[in-house]
Order: sequence, then structure tokens, then C-alpha cells
Amino acid sequence: MARKILTEHIHVPGIETFDVYRKQGGYTAVEKAIKSMSPEEVVEEAKKSGVRGRGGAGFPMGMKWGFLAKPEGVPRYLVCNADESEPGTFKDHYLMKTIPHLLIEGMIVSSFALGANKSFIYVRGELMYVIRILEKAIEEAKAKGFLGKNILGSGYDLELVVQPGGGAYICGEETALLESLEGKRGNPRNKPPFPAVKGLYQCPTVVNNVESISNMPWIVNNGGEAYAQIGIGRSTGTKLISASGHIQRPGVYEIELGLSVEEFMNSDEYCGGIRKGHHLKALVAGGSSVPILPANLIMKTANGEDRLMSYESLSDGGFASGTMLGSGGFIVFDETACIVKNTWNFSQFYHHESCGQCSPCREGTGWMEKVLHRIEHGHGSMHDVDLLVDITKKIEGNTICPLGDAASWPVASAIRHFRDEFVWHITHPSEATAPGAAYRGDMALV
Amino acid sequence: MTDTPNTVAFSSERLEKAQEIIARYPEGRQKSALLPLLHLVQEQWGWVSSEAMDYVAEMLDIKPVEVYEVASFYTMYHLEPVGKHVIEYCRTGPCCLMGGEEVYAHLRQKLGINPGETTADGKFTIKEVECLAACGWGPVFQVREKYYMNLTNEKVDEIIDELSK
Repeated sequence: MARKILTEHIHVPGIETFDVYRKQGGYTAVEKAIKSMSPEEVVEEAKKSGVRGRGGAGFPMGMKWGFLAKPEGVPRYLVCNADESEPGTFKDHYLMKTIPHLLIEGMIVSSFALGANKSFIYVRGELMYVIRILEKAIEEAKAKGFLGKNILGSGYDLELVVQPGGGAYICGEETALLESLEGKRGNPRNKPPFPAVKGLYQCPTVVNNVESISNMPWIVNNGGEAYAQIGIGRSTGTKLISASGHIQRPGVYEIELGLSVEEFMNSDEYCGGIRKGHHLKALVAGGSSVPILPANLIMKTANGEDRLMSYESLSDGGFASGTMLGSGGFIVFDETACIVKNTWNFSQFYHHESCGQCSPCREGTGWMEKVLHRIEHGHGSMHDVDLLVDITKKIEGNTICPLGDAASWPVASAIRHFRDEFVWHITHPSEATAPGAAYRGDMALV
Repeated sequence: MTDTPNTVAFSSERLEKAQEIIARYPEGRQKSALLPLLHLVQEQWGWVSSEAMDYVAEMLDIKPVEVYEVASFYTMYHLEPVGKHVIEYCRTGPCCLMGGEEVYAHLRQKLGINPGETTADGKFTIKEVECLAACGWGPVFQVREKYYMNLTNEKVDEIIDELSK
């Protein structure tokens, strides 16, 4: 049985309540940090743990904390990014609704480490029912003296505020999130200055994902070095994977980083294999934004090595033959899936979610959607395939925030690995537009 | 359809809630309450009218345009009257892999409306939305705060019958 850091107690009945969570060892990290550690020591443990941002970027959290400016007399803020909206990703949703006190405890020790007295949890507005669960957990923690004024008699004060979003993927980008939290449209900010220097209300701010912060109680209790022992290489610790698509057992699974993709896909502890009677065609390993991989590059890298669930192994081969761990949104496609249709579907998402601030993204996402629409509906021309590649190149790297890249990569990678399928849609429009049609050319299936 | 509010003012309970929300933020940062207050508006009237936006602007001491530009940016706010139940249906890729398109076709046929439309009796509006972060439990739609997951045609029939009562 793999080690669990976040989900060990998730199935204990009543774990959403303070009392049951406390009985399972909850809030001991708050006691330890506040009574026997300095804020700097907590930051040090986060650095030693090597835990990386679990929202998708994978940037070391302790290092990010180290950048926080500390000018005298200026408040500092911790903001938790719970705007989970990347297609294929639903782990934070699951974690918050099932074991809300884990995030609350993580917020308390992290806020203490950063010297924040008011911290925010920005939750996508659609999850209003989860917001109510979190608010209830906060009330309970407050009543027990773990939040509010003079926590556990230490003199440290902390107030937690849960903020609803309004339905905008872009607010998962940290500076757009801060704009939204200030009551504005979610337009990402130009950087620098980075939030660590000028963030919320122009004050030094750290923005971290739900899962990243939820690792902190364990790290405080067991030490950063113990955390770094778990996982593989620079991919330390565990990761929540949201598994969806054509598999036997969709759901959220906590894995030790370094588990083989093959085991994750086929073990009954995890995905349980492809749907009965079907074959693996393609995989999006880290949420809709990361490059899609064909079957022959999923279990093994281009060099024939086992592909592992880690930041390094999934990106082995660069974009030519690899992908990214991203947010851990693991979307599986069997041979009935149409890659052109799925790419068109994703392109609609990015077009809808582009904030409209940068013209390459605003215009480019709409243009890609239109071209993909006509290919999918049997009106494409051979020129369209190269046109799409050209558009992706003109968006990528030319926008304020990574949404432009996120919109380009799924299209570029689908054409890189499934060009034949795009061409077939253009040369065989009547077959391709038949209901339920999916290209069954000579591509490799597993 | 939900009526346009005649007199735009929060109920006493919501007014209290609004004041509690406004007090959460540091002095001078009350504009941060804008998104939560717009959710309260929608909770009370079912949609966000321009009168309600003016009311919120006054409450936060900001210009009305600061409210309009925000309300029109975020997709959760309905800027026109909607049916009693707004079915927000996830149309994004992972849900489609789980059979989302077939269930969606069934839903539209059952209600006899397309996305953006409201049934003649004013009970249902369908709105297409992007990923609701429930991909492994798809197909999914949301009605107000409730998520309906692992949908099938039969399940949709039951839910619609239940909501129709």
C-alpha cells in the first residue's frame, strides 16, 4: 500500500468535523509550529521538503516563500488558490469537501510561517457548497482557539476569509486571482513586480494551491527531510491525481511520485485499466493544457524507459515526445475517441476563457476554434493543418500570462502526434462526420 | 421567470450577511466584497439586474461601471432574467468522454429548449458551462449550489421530474 500524506484519514466517518479530525491527530502541526518553532523554522522545513506547487506550475513552494518581501509595517498576505478549473482536474474539490480541516490547518501553519494575520482561500464560485463546508470548519477551529485572536495563547492572530470567484478559469492564474479578490475583472497583471513584492492590495503576497498548502501539516509534524524521502529525485512527496475518461475507476488517487504510469493506469488500486474491451489510444497526463501523448509514448519514453508519474519522467523528451505532470488531471482516451473533436472541444474552452487582454490569445484562440470546427465538420482544407500550427506558434510566449501557452499546446501536440487523423478528416469528410466516427488508421494502440 | 425586483433592497437577513462580508476586508478595500455581494444578489432575485448593480455600487461606494464590468466578465452572473431552475451543463472534454453529449441531447429534448433558452412555463433555463471540476464523476450539471453527477438519461428524467414539482 502506498504511503498517504493527504488522504490517510479521508475515509474516517465524520472526518469533516473538528472533533474527528482532531482525534486523528489533526491540528498537532499548529500546536507544534506555534508553540515550539519560529516562522523561519517552518519556512526552512518547507524548503527542505522540496514540495512543488501542485496547481500545475511545479515551482518549489519553500523557494517561493523565500521570495516574500518583508518591509516593516506592511501587512503580508497568504492566498490559497482554490480556483480549480483546469479540465480534467478535480482533486482540490475532493480534498476540500471531504477533509476541510486539512486545508484550514495547512493555512494556519503556512500563515504563521509567512507572518500573515489575514489569509484568504479563493474558491471557484461554482463550489458554493464547498465554501459553506470550509466556513463551517473555520468556525469550529475558531471556537477551539486555533484561529482568531491570540491562537493557543501565543499572541499570534489569524483570520481566514473564504472568497468565492465568479466563474472564470483565468482566475487560477495568480495575479488574475488577486485582481478578482480585489473586486475587479480577472485580468492577469504584468510581471514584475511579482506578488511576493506587490500582490494583494499592493502588499507582499504568496499564492499557493490547495494541495500544496495541505502538505504543510505533515511537513511540520514529520519534518521536511522525511517528506523529501518520499517520491523520486526532485519530485518529492505524494501527488493527488484526478483520473477521468475511458477507465474502469475514475476518481481522485494519492500516489507517491515515481509510481509507473503503467501501474497507475492498470492497477486496481488506481484506474483499474481501460474500459473493458477497449484499447488505450491517447493520454492527457496533467490537465487539458499539457501536450497529449499517443499510446506508444505513454508507458515508455522515446528511449524505451518506463514512464513514471513524476515531473521529470513525464516531461522526458521535451514536447517532441513528452508532456508534463501539470495539475495531475489524468484524462484517458480509448480508440473510440476522436482526437480532432476533442481538440476542437478544448479549443472552445480556451476561447471562452481567454480574458481578452492580449490580442494573440484573444484572437488566436477564437481563430483556432473556427479552424478546428471546420475540420471536424468536414469543411477543412489541407492548408488548415499547417495554419493551426502557425497560429499556435504566434500565441505561445506572446501573452502576459500562460493561458496563451495552455491554449496552444493541446492543438500543437494533437497535430504533432495525430496529424494523420486531421488529414483523414479533410480527405474523408463524409466518413469523419458520421455519428461516433473515430479514425482507426494504422496508429498504435495499447 | 423571476420578476425584475420592484424595490431593490436586500432582505434583512441578506443585508446583515452583506454587512458581515464587507467587514471582512481591510479598511478601504471594501471593493473586495463585490463578487460575494453579486452572488447574494443572484441568490435573492435569481439574476443580476442593472438596478441591483446600482444598489451594490452604492453599498460599496464605487462607480456603477465598476460593478457592470465585473458582472459582465464572470460567467456565473445571469444578466437577464432566467427560469426558476438554471441547469448549468458541463460541455467540456472529460464529461463528453463520460457520455456527456448523449445525456445533454436527452436533456434538451426533454425540456424542448436549447442553451440560453427558458421553458415556456418559466421553470427551466439551460446554460452551457465550462469544466465544473468534477470530471471523474461526469457527466455533470449544476443547479444553484447543487452538483448532479454521474448523469444518465434516466437520472436526468428523475431530477427534472423532482425539480418540476
